Amino acid sequence: MKYCAYAALCGVLLAGTVAVAAAPFVPRTDDEVLEHLPFRPNDPVVREINGLRRQLAENPQNLQIALQLARSYFAQAGGQSDPRYVGYAQAALKPWWDMAQPPAAVLLMRATLRQYGHDFTNALADLDAALKINPADIDALSLRADINLVTGDYATSRQDCERMAPYVTALTNAGCITFIEGMTGRARQSHDALLAAMSRTKTVNPDQRLWILTRLAEMAWRLNEPALAEAHFKSALALNIADGFLLAAYADFLIDYGRLQEVLVLLKDWSRADPLLLRLTLAGQMTAAKTFPEHQVALAARYAAARMRGDTTHEQEESRFSLVVMKQPQEALRLALSNWRVQREPRDARAVLEAALALKDAAAAKPVLDWMAQTGIEDWYLRKLAAQLVPAGAAK
Amino acid sequence: MMRALLFALLAFFAALAAAHKPSDSYLGVTVAGDTVRGQWDIALRDLDFAIGLDSNGNGEITWGELRARQPEIDAYALSRLTVALDGKACQPRVTEHLVDNHSDGAYAVLRFEAPCAKAGAVLTLGYNLFFDLDPQHKGLLRLEFDGATRTAIFSPDAAQQRFELTKPSRITQFFDYGREGVWHIWIGFDHILFLLSLLLPAVLVITHHQWRAVERFKTAFWDVLKIVTAFTVAHSITLSLAALGVISLPTRLTESAIALSVVLAALNNIFPLFQRRRWMVAFGFGLIHGFGFASVLADLGLPRDALLLALVGFNLGVEAGQLAIVAVFLPVAFGLRRSWFYRRVVLIGGSALISLLAAVWFVERAFNLKVLGF
Repeated sequence: MKYCAYAALCGVLLAGTVAVAAAPFVPRTDDEVLEHLPFRPNDPVVREINGLRRQLAENPQNLQIALQLARSYFAQAGGQSDPRYVGYAQAALKPWWDMAQPPAAVLLMRATLRQYGHDFTNALADLDAALKINPADIDALSLRADINLVTGDYATSRQDCERMAPYVTALTNAGCITFIEGMTGRARQSHDALLAAMSRTKTVNPDQRLWILTRLAEMAWRLNEPALAEAHFKSALALNIADGFLLAAYADFLIDYGRLQEVLVLLKDWSRADPLLLRLTLAGQMTAAKTFPEHQVALAARYAAARMRGDTTHEQEESRFSLVVMKQPQEALRLALSNWRVQREPRDARAVLEAALALKDAAAAKPVLDWMAQTGIEDWYLRKLAAQLVPAGAAK
Repeated sequence: MMRALLFALLAFFAALAAAHKPSDSYLGVTVAGDTVRGQWDIALRDLDFAIGLDSNGNGEITWGELRARQPEIDAYALSRLTVALDGKACQPRVTEHLVDNHSDGAYAVLRFEAPCAKAGAVLTLGYNLFFDLDPQHKGLLRLEFDGATRTAIFSPDAAQQRFELTKPSRITQFFDYGREGVWHIWIGFDHILFLLSLLLPAVLVITHHQWRAVERFKTAFWDVLKIVTAFTVAHSITLSLAALGVISLPTRLTESAIALSVVLAALNNIFPLFQRRRWMVAFGFGLIHGFGFASVLADLGLPRDALLLALVGFNLGVEAGQLAIVAVFLPVAFGLRRSWFYRRVVLIGGSALISLLAAVWFVERAFNLKVLGF
């Protein structure tokens, strides 16, 4: 019964996360492969990194080498969606990390690593300090614009875009501005303006193209134009760049339009990355896929492991997991609201609304409803949820 | 249920051997007298980054490669861990080498033993593994002492931590179980409804097949006291016997019986059978409710060394929760006892609702019983 199932689940979670509860073993033969490393030692990436590591070990105070190594590591954190590299990058900057006023380049890197861990407050403080040293630091302005967008401070984000404008390409500038305007009541115009800016630009590097196409797809999706969104997603996927953010966004799109089998195919080799495993689990649950039970247990174990180390960067996704898979709307609402205090993008708003709707608790969703009213965000799905939550059409 | 999930667990370790998460090690430590024993699970990826394990450079780590580096691993890890009892250092040495899989891949498992000069009241652990290479690394500690388990997180800012191994943990444990007891009565609607069903008529008396209000508070008070005491004594008996392992009944059976007891207690208010002897009903069915409490206690896990302490704490918690309910119920019921509302709506209507709800519980629980083949 309930107790029994609960005890069994707890047991599994503990087994997955706490060493003493698991069952250690002695492998049978010396040939048994225990672990696959992300790289072979003679991989060019590793060789470059190891070269820098050696140079830094000989001269730990060399800022240029330290920054180069930190940047290389951080690039791996993004490409492999592997947070271990963020810690390695921080270690490379050890002599400067705890300084109140480190050099501007360290401030920028420290802000980059801090925002990765959702420490937006300290990241913004670092960027402010970096911009005092060099007011035209494009990288600092661009990161600050991004953080302010994610945290919902649109006015400041816009100022950063405007300050950058003289130093960046027209396309970068259009990206910066339209991301903000797309959230604040000018979705259609922003989509068209960004698309036009991209087609006017002769050489767009693939990474930038990927990012812009993903954002265009999201804008079209929010406008409830699935064919247009699909076309952008397909163009982005055709670039053949492994990008966790794109895959997660496309999978969510497919789930919303009931194309669940496509999600299972798209993500079948991506279960290592937590955000993508979540989408696999959701699609698996709705199609009663054979993989669903193991994915559910694996994901629950990973959220439990994150909680054990005091990591809260998963809250928005864990909220979806709690609501849809675990059927725990209270917990889902708690996580979604806690996440909303840190991040304010449409998907964060959606997590709050969906959990509040499950509990028929419109009052709990007030911060998000207020945000929707203030920004005037045009997102058909958020508006639908808000209208269900507050039937009197208060979803303005 | 249990078996199905365990299969799933094995399957996911095979399928998802290398999820990405920040670096953690898992340190389990047990203090028994003058010896500190431990198990330390360290990710192979982290060890490879620190000292290199992939000797043949093929991107895979085999058991043979790990075994060959075992002495270096032991030296590397143990030089970054200090153990002391009452300020006197204990010297850990590795007793066993194993491997385990966690949600993000394979870990080397070092079991170690650290003999200390003598038993002590304060354990100090100093943890410095990988902090130089990865300041975001964390050591997740699970410390067991005297049946109690504590957890802590080592990070560069909290690399050295002290743990009191004396009495306070027992008091904390006592209150922890007490709190669980209160919580259980509070969320255990079946127990609350059973008690309320018996208490509802306490402010009334039957004469000539008619409910009439009692005259004096004292009459109602004594009735309630008898019922609550009988219920408490009865469930304490079976709770203790079940918790100590003297009797054990299938949970499904006791849970169904509890639901049935609520049905009967509520029906007794509509078709009175026991009036002044409701304390006997409370006692009889209280014996069954005790098994219900015991299964909760079993799920919480009982500390072997502090069994009695936990049992008494939990039981007192249940009583405290129960008294709180009675303290609210009695004055309100006494105040309303003369009204038509109390006699018809609360007593008869309420009892009908309770018996209906409990009947659904009974069917649910009994239905599960059939499904599971008991």
